[in-house]
Amino acid sequence: MSFIETHISVLVVIVPLIAAPFCILLRNSVTAWAWATVVCLVTMALAVQLLQQVWLGGTISYDLGNWPGPWGIVYRVDELGAFVVLIVAALAAIVLPYAKTSIEREIPKERHYLVYCMLLLCIAGLLGMAVTSDAFNLFVFLEISSLATYVLVGIGQDRRALTAALRYLILGTLGATFYVIGIGMLYQMTGSLNMTDLATLLPAVQDTRTVHAALAFIVVGFGLKLAMFPLHFWLPNAYTFAPSAVTVFLAATATKVAIYSLIRLIFTVFGDIEPLETYNLRFAVIILAVAGMFAGSLMAIFQTNIKRMLAYSSVAQVGYMILGISIGNALAMAGGIIHMFNHALMKGALFMVMGCVMYMLGSVKLEDMAGLGKRMPFTAAAFVAGGFSLIGVPLTVGFVSKFYLVQGALLAGWWPIALLIMLSSLLAIIYVWRVVEMMYFRSPAIGHGQMTEAPMTLLIPTYVLLAAVFWFGIDATFTGDLAMAAAESLLGGSK
Amino acid sequence: MSAETLILLALGVPFLGSLFVLFSGPGSANVRDGITVISAVILFSIVWTLIGIVDGGARPSVTLLEMLPGLSITFTLEPIGMLFAGIASFLWILTSFYAYGYMRGHHEANQTRFFFCFAIAIMSAIGIAFAGNMLTLFVFYEILTISTFPLVAHSGTDEARRAGRVYLGILLSTSITFLLTAIIWTYVEAGTLDFREGGILAGNAPVGVIGVLFGLYIYGIGKAALMPFHRWLPAAMVAPTPVSALLHAVAVVKAGVFSVIKVSVYIFGIDTLATTGVSTWLAYVAAATILLASLVAMRKDNLKARLAYSTVSQLSYIVLGAMLASNIGAMGSTMHIVMHAFGKITLFFCAGAIIVFAHKTEISDMHGLGRKMPVTFFCFFIASLSIIGLPPLGGVWSKWYLAMAAVETEQLIFVAVLMISSLLNIAYLMPVVLYGFFGKEKSAAVHAHDGHDDHHAPPDHPMLKHLTFGIKGVKEAPVMCLAPIVLTTFGCFALFFYADRIRLFLAPVFGG
Repeated sequence: MSFIETHISVLVVIVPLIAAPFCILLRNSVTAWAWATVVCLVTMALAVQLLQQVWLGGTISYDLGNWPGPWGIVYRVDELGAFVVLIVAALAAIVLPYAKTSIEREIPKERHYLVYCMLLLCIAGLLGMAVTSDAFNLFVFLEISSLATYVLVGIGQDRRALTAALRYLILGTLGATFYVIGIGMLYQMTGSLNMTDLATLLPAVQDTRTVHAALAFIVVGFGLKLAMFPLHFWLPNAYTFAPSAVTVFLAATATKVAIYSLIRLIFTVFGDIEPLETYNLRFAVIILAVAGMFAGSLMAIFQTNIKRMLAYSSVAQVGYMILGISIGNALAMAGGIIHMFNHALMKGALFMVMGCVMYMLGSVKLEDMAGLGKRMPFTAAAFVAGGFSLIGVPLTVGFVSKFYLVQGALLAGWWPIALLIMLSSLLAIIYVWRVVEMMYFRSPAIGHGQMTEAPMTLLIPTYVLLAAVFWFGIDATFTGDLAMAAAESLLGGSK
Repeated sequence: MSAETLILLALGVPFLGSLFVLFSGPGSANVRDGITVISAVILFSIVWTLIGIVDGGARPSVTLLEMLPGLSITFTLEPIGMLFAGIASFLWILTSFYAYGYMRGHHEANQTRFFFCFAIAIMSAIGIAFAGNMLTLFVFYEILTISTFPLVAHSGTDEARRAGRVYLGILLSTSITFLLTAIIWTYVEAGTLDFREGGILAGNAPVGVIGVLFGLYIYGIGKAALMPFHRWLPAAMVAPTPVSALLHAVAVVKAGVFSVIKVSVYIFGIDTLATTGVSTWLAYVAAATILLASLVAMRKDNLKARLAYSTVSQLSYIVLGAMLASNIGAMGSTMHIVMHAFGKITLFFCAGAIIVFAHKTEISDMHGLGRKMPVTFFCFFIASLSIIGLPPLGGVWSKWYLAMAAVETEQLIFVAVLMISSLLNIAYLMPVVLYGFFGKEKSAAVHAHDGHDDHHAPPDHPMLKHLTFGIKGVKEAPVMCLAPIVLTTFGCFALFFYADRIRLFLAPVFGG
């Protein structure tokens, strides 16, 4: 095996991590951007390579510094991990080319290099969370990505972003602290932090109050990080006031990785205990998921700021993912997993559209978007296409996710859940269509009649992502097989 | 060329046509309209060839791609679908000519968008007709909904926007909430979504589930306009008349009832429906829709609105036939797709000619108009007779088979419903003709221009000039509009004599 093949699982993390400080040394806005873009493209290539290796050769286990587990830190990448790595790396590689134009407009020049540095750190942290098999190492990466995120949210010129960032900081830290408390308790009971090791040691102590409390801390902790309803309060403001490019990246990846970590903990670390069954949690989680689907969509309907509307829609979409993983069969699990990928594509694309609107209009208010279909035809068309996917129209990725989720719900015999999934997508029609009508059937305000399309540097990445929305919606065999394999290995491991 | 290539070509031609239309540029209206006509002719000749192949007993099938693991976009030809495809593609040719006359006569804006969406809608109709499994049908069903939305909201006025919202709202929400759920549920129960003779659910699902599924399917197919989900169809009448004619009398609504038949025959199986009795209550809903919609139609003074409610009523004939759970009933339904298509498109063509060239939309303003536009009103008369179901017109046969099915299944109440409905048809269609020919022209109505200006009236083009036939007082629609009207009227006659040929074509599915 070549050097890259041997060390692939650590390389995807180390490359952006080591590259990040160089942005500070470079200082210059353009060179820092070029550097970050190259790094992201390399990371993307590594992620593709990693996925290929896992897909062909099975789970990769890597001992960091040759210290074997359970004492050393072990990186363990299975299908799901590799899939999440690909999501993060691919989105990063698409966001960075987009970021330059958008950031130049929205952030003072002297802070640009910081943005790129923080973005790389954030990417490294998220990728680390996806590959590590060490519970404490997961906390470290969680904090790396979170700290970078707090900076990114607050770095723009909008002063409201500062309060949003502060709120996110407080709640995020709370979540991370909860997680580390939970891990501490597990360590106290088992003496191990290695996930595989924990999985074998935990069943012996599964009936102790400490393990129960640990699980509760871990679930609530990550529930905060992934904005599970009703722990989502930090999310709308953070997404609304963060710079556009930052929102694109965060919305597409951050919550997904947190969900991945939660899946990892529940189905791998606690896998043999089957906590959803043993502790009778399944029903409670499903109710929270469904409540999130509806609350998020209903809130979205009443927003006048479209970025905030999309943020609330994200709360609803997180509900779909949680629902998928909590129903308890492979199809639904695959639905949840595939939706992580699909939602990253469509929400990324939609927030990119908002970035284009922000760039041209300086506002993303609903009423300012009147007549956008004439003024910015390509941007408006992109929003319609992305909106179709949110609704779940066939040939878009949103349809694929829904197909799996509903199939899973029906297979479990829970047809009311299936119906609720469909009903909540009707709410998506309402909030998407409000914008579509405003763009196509209202005349623009006086003086805004002429066509002013967003620059190509913004439009091309948006359309690349949209092409993916349709590509993986028309031919979902790759993502479907991958998600199914990941789901089966997760649930099979718990038997 | 192999049948498989032809299938893909049939979908490709309207799609390519739509792209040409889109990129033909605003300055070349003649090129654009020429492309539409040429695509329509090519499409029909392809479909006609395929009809011959299917008539020979072949069932060619082609898989385009695998969409989800185990589920693909597949096209498989069978007689019911070919009949629908034949109708849609043939009437597209006539509608293209008609639309050419209408859209220019009416000075409509955004004609490129109009013809583009029109071609996409036709492609979706063909996709639905050829669909080899329920997933394929659903995909094209949704494309059809979305591509016709810009046609409904075409004028962009407040009214059109509201109508578009109703249209999209009802069609999307029924299809997503009910139809998609039903499809996925079928997949979970049966493990396949392929259309197979005798159905795929029989023996794979408990009767209770079959009952719920059937209800979900029939109401999920909102395009069949079964009450109470029929409001989108009258709303869609704000669209330009060619849209109402081809899409909301033929392609879109027939796609709906066609899906109903397809689901009944190939997903559930007529025998399963008969033994489980899950369709009985829907037969009553259909019967109620037939009568109620006819009653509403009588109260509508706007001609297009009246025709829209008439369509709602006639669509339920087709649904009723499928719900009777007998082969003769399903055959009557399939035949009614053809018969009603020719009758109703003629009526809409006439209504459009009256709107554009006499500037009248309300029936009460049309008194005496028949003497001015005798050909139009005569054709309206003939087509009305076909809708009512009188010989020697095609409409009689489908009603005949439907009534026979009601007798055969010993549900005589539906025979009564069909007869009462025929009387109601007379009551709402004949006054238009009677007042048109014998009514006294209102003097005030002469100046009602319906917002249109006579200076704009027909452009100086021989094909778009009013025809007078050299008779004083006659101011008939131009040949571009009149020729399609006459041809479809002739079709109503011809179908009376060729009905048996259609029955033979369908025999492999329905027996007999």
